[in-house]
Amino acid sequence: MNSIHFITNPTPVRFIRRCGPSRLWGSVAALVLLAGCGDSWNDPRGENLGSGSVLYASFSDRPQFMDPARSYTTTSYSFIQQIYEPPLAYHYLKRPYELMPLSAARMPEVLYLDEEGNELPPGVPAEEAAYTEYRVDIKPGILYQPHPALARREDGSYRYHDLAEADLESVNALADFTQTGSRELVAEDFVYQIKRLADPRRHCPIAGIIAEYVEGFAEFQAHIQNTEGVPMDLRGLSMSGVEPLSRYRYRVRLKGTYPQFIYWLAMPFFAPMPWEADVFHEQPGMAQRNLTLHWYAIGTGPYMLTENNPNLRMVLERNPNFRGQPYPDEGEPGDERQGFLDDRGRTMPFIDRAVFSLEKESIPRWSKFLQGYYDLSGIGSDSFDQAIEYGGGGEVGLTDAMEEKGIVLRTAVDLTVFYMGFNMLDPVVGGYGERSRLLRRAISIAVDYEENISIFTNGRGIPAQGPLPPQIFGVREGEAGINPYVYRWEDGKAVRRNIEEARELMRRAGYQNGIDQETGKPLVLYFEAVGAGPDAKASLNWLRKQFAKLDIQLVIRATDYNRFRAKMRKGTGQIFQWGWHADYPDPENFLFLLYGPNAQVDTNGPNSANYKNPEYDALFSQMKNIPNGERRQQIIDRMMEILRRDAPWSWGLHPVSYILSHQWVHNNKPTTMSYNTLKYRRIDTESRAAALQDWNRPTVWPLWAGLGVLVLLILPALIGFLRRERERGR
Amino acid sequence: MIAYIIRRALYAIPILIGVNLLTFMLFFVVNSPEEVARLHLGDKYTTQEQVEAWKQEHGYDKPLLYNPEAAGLDSLTDTIFYTKSVRLFVFDFGNSDSGRNIGHDIRQRMWPSLAIAVPSLILGLLLNATLALMLAFFRASYLDVGGVVLCVILMSVSSLFYIIGGQYLVGKLLQLVPISGYDTGYEAVKFLILPVIISVIYGIGSGTRWYRTLFLEEISKDYVRTARAKGLSEQWVLFRHVLRNALIPILTGVVVILPLLFMGSLITESFFGIPGLGSYTIDAIQRQDFSIVRAMVFLGTVLYILGLLLTDISYTLADPRIRLR
Repeated sequence: MNSIHFITNPTPVRFIRRCGPSRLWGSVAALVLLAGCGDSWNDPRGENLGSGSVLYASFSDRPQFMDPARSYTTTSYSFIQQIYEPPLAYHYLKRPYELMPLSAARMPEVLYLDEEGNELPPGVPAEEAAYTEYRVDIKPGILYQPHPALARREDGSYRYHDLAEADLESVNALADFTQTGSRELVAEDFVYQIKRLADPRRHCPIAGIIAEYVEGFAEFQAHIQNTEGVPMDLRGLSMSGVEPLSRYRYRVRLKGTYPQFIYWLAMPFFAPMPWEADVFHEQPGMAQRNLTLHWYAIGTGPYMLTENNPNLRMVLERNPNFRGQPYPDEGEPGDERQGFLDDRGRTMPFIDRAVFSLEKESIPRWSKFLQGYYDLSGIGSDSFDQAIEYGGGGEVGLTDAMEEKGIVLRTAVDLTVFYMGFNMLDPVVGGYGERSRLLRRAISIAVDYEENISIFTNGRGIPAQGPLPPQIFGVREGEAGINPYVYRWEDGKAVRRNIEEARELMRRAGYQNGIDQETGKPLVLYFEAVGAGPDAKASLNWLRKQFAKLDIQLVIRATDYNRFRAKMRKGTGQIFQWGWHADYPDPENFLFLLYGPNAQVDTNGPNSANYKNPEYDALFSQMKNIPNGERRQQIIDRMMEILRRDAPWSWGLHPVSYILSHQWVHNNKPTTMSYNTLKYRRIDTESRAAALQDWNRPTVWPLWAGLGVLVLLILPALIGFLRRERERGR
Repeated sequence: MIAYIIRRALYAIPILIGVNLLTFMLFFVVNSPEEVARLHLGDKYTTQEQVEAWKQEHGYDKPLLYNPEAAGLDSLTDTIFYTKSVRLFVFDFGNSDSGRNIGHDIRQRMWPSLAIAVPSLILGLLLNATLALMLAFFRASYLDVGGVVLCVILMSVSSLFYIIGGQYLVGKLLQLVPISGYDTGYEAVKFLILPVIISVIYGIGSGTRWYRTLFLEEISKDYVRTARAKGLSEQWVLFRHVLRNALIPILTGVVVILPLLFMGSLITESFFGIPGLGSYTIDAIQRQDFSIVRAMVFLGTVLYILGLLLTDISYTLADPRIRLR
């Protein structure tokens, strides 16, 4: 019992220290009684984190890298995109996603150049350009967050750029450096970061693909690779295709044309990095203390990372040097009604601090959300029925319990595709002959993704009609958008074709009733599964039943992810499931998953089905270089037809995110493309305080009841003990 | 005794090499250095050059156990196993595969593990000994039988049930403590109450039963009969004679696990969000960070050997008849 009084921290701890143990029991009783008057005992939020407008949320996977040259995961992005500001960003409200300037003053100027570097004359198609140059103007007056790397002495020299080991003796975190400084963002910082991307020691995950397009990038990489002792501070080296043109303007020159480069400028890879950060963090003794750019960010964005302990929590605080940004004044239809435009024109950010706590297990995460200690939450499968119910027409809604708490549900289709692929190199399911094509189409009909979504994702997904998710250019609505080989259009909606039609395709392919008519043997196919634990087992059994509809025996070859990837690289798998999340909202980023030169076996590219169709490849090359418009739409239509006919994938599904938030969280529009969303959100702290008070009153009587039961148990034992003692005495 | 300790320390060396070799082989049976590199670099656009650069930087560009291209002793030393293992023996754990200093992380994360383990151990020890004494006092009565049955029931329940049930009942329904989480300083106390209580309750079944057996064994000995024959009260016999002598195996049992308290609890830390060494190890396994896994297995082995050595030493302290030679 002694420990119970501590749970009313902070006040009781100080109180106990003053009182001493002799008065503890009385104090405990008083506290227990007082606690019923309103204090929350179960508040997991730190006492020092609560002042001002604070957002509380959780994360389940620890972010590994804060360095924008290395970071490439959703978890890392959700932190660093609040800190680093690339030139461009996606509009928070508009859909389809639309780019807008962020640290850039305006959208980049695009110049098409010939071999000599001269601008193409008017009328010459852009596709004929030898080079494309992006000239980016950045906003003057942007300041970096306060950071010790930028602290200067009175004589202008950097305070912490020449540290000796002894200077670091008492340093364990960045906050242990007492002085900070700032400086203005300049174009050179963007150029410097692109050089960092090319530095093999940084292990930039997209360096390979950048090298294909950015002029001089590959040469820069090779120079560092082949030269010993190149300092981490790369200012002394130049990259031919990337250079500052003035204090606030820089250019990036691409080989040929690559219109998708504009989207790259919205990725954190292209955010600015001050050279001082490298010089500061590369000093001896810093890495031993984990004081690296992988761990500590330095940016110009609305927030700065003030506590980086991904094993416990991450804290972002308002960057005092942030210039402020106006909240968008326009969005998509319906945004006004949903209140997303209530703050139009107001200066962002609205939140002073965001506290993200590590929560690996879904049960405590969900419970704390219901207690109001997290402002936002996803929905795990174990809590889905508690949160969501479907109406008679299949419409999604919240349960009464959620409605009573004022919880708000938002949904958004992810720019993601989970597909079942056929290895086109396989002699049975692969190839481009009519027989294997019919087999793949039959399987595509038989594997019922509507059922899969209903069983395994609680309805959170939509069946895919091709590789392109909704809201991507090229996707047709209605009947024109369905895959006619798998669906038919009935009563205004897509309906999966009958299994008898699939059986007929099997018969035409020479596999009637699952028997290979050429060999007389049953058709046995192999599925490469990642893991075969209890969770996966149900899904694999379901898949086996789907194939059994066509009398195909499906053999599951379970393996771990590493071996699965090795099989894919070698092309030894037969049927597999995989997924892809968009890097940018352009059809090229999905259609290249089936582009022949990207075949995984040949180039370790993203085309895991190793699909090669010359017509498709030619159309892809045309499509990727032209802007959105009718011509591009027609090319995509033709590409979709080729893909649907060849069926290298069974098209799978696009997941739908369900995001819950409490009533006091405003401007929480779901987005699956950009992660710099914190600055847009607003918290009604008074409403939250009242709700927390109401929802979290400790129930004390079971403690007393438990104590009573304990006494009742001990008392007879005590009486028995004393009686025995007396008996022995006699 | 010093000669004994030195001898045991020398015995530890082949054990540590063996454990290290076993960890190494188990890890690389399912993961090639190539796959480890790809896992850390990401799936999407990783090139073979990047993989090779990563392997070189992290010391995975050598043969695993034997280098046929090297001459003489170099064929064994110019390998991943040797270069990754030899520094461990001076407790230089190096950097994790993601670049963090492992020694620094261990020093930071052992404190939350100890914050749960130490109070759990002390409270569990006191409670279990008290309950066991009570059962021994009422031996062969309904209370004893009922107590033993209850202990068996408590032992049979999974630790996950205690954790999830405890979080649901105490944290969610009664709202007496936070369901999970952690903080530094005094703020940590409210987060420790529930995991410590659950750890103590989880240990009651096995602990009480074991201590009861020890007490009953002592009670049946001649010196206890003699004490009773002298007319000493049962209370005096139990606390002054039985408890004192039964404490020898109890304390030696405790000493053996003392060093392992640093290692933390894998499940408890994961469910309660405690940033200790248990969750550090679990995270490393999930991320396939061999450097951390290897360091933690090595550290665990060293601590276990240390625990056994301390147990031997504690015998000599508890029983003057025992000499270590």
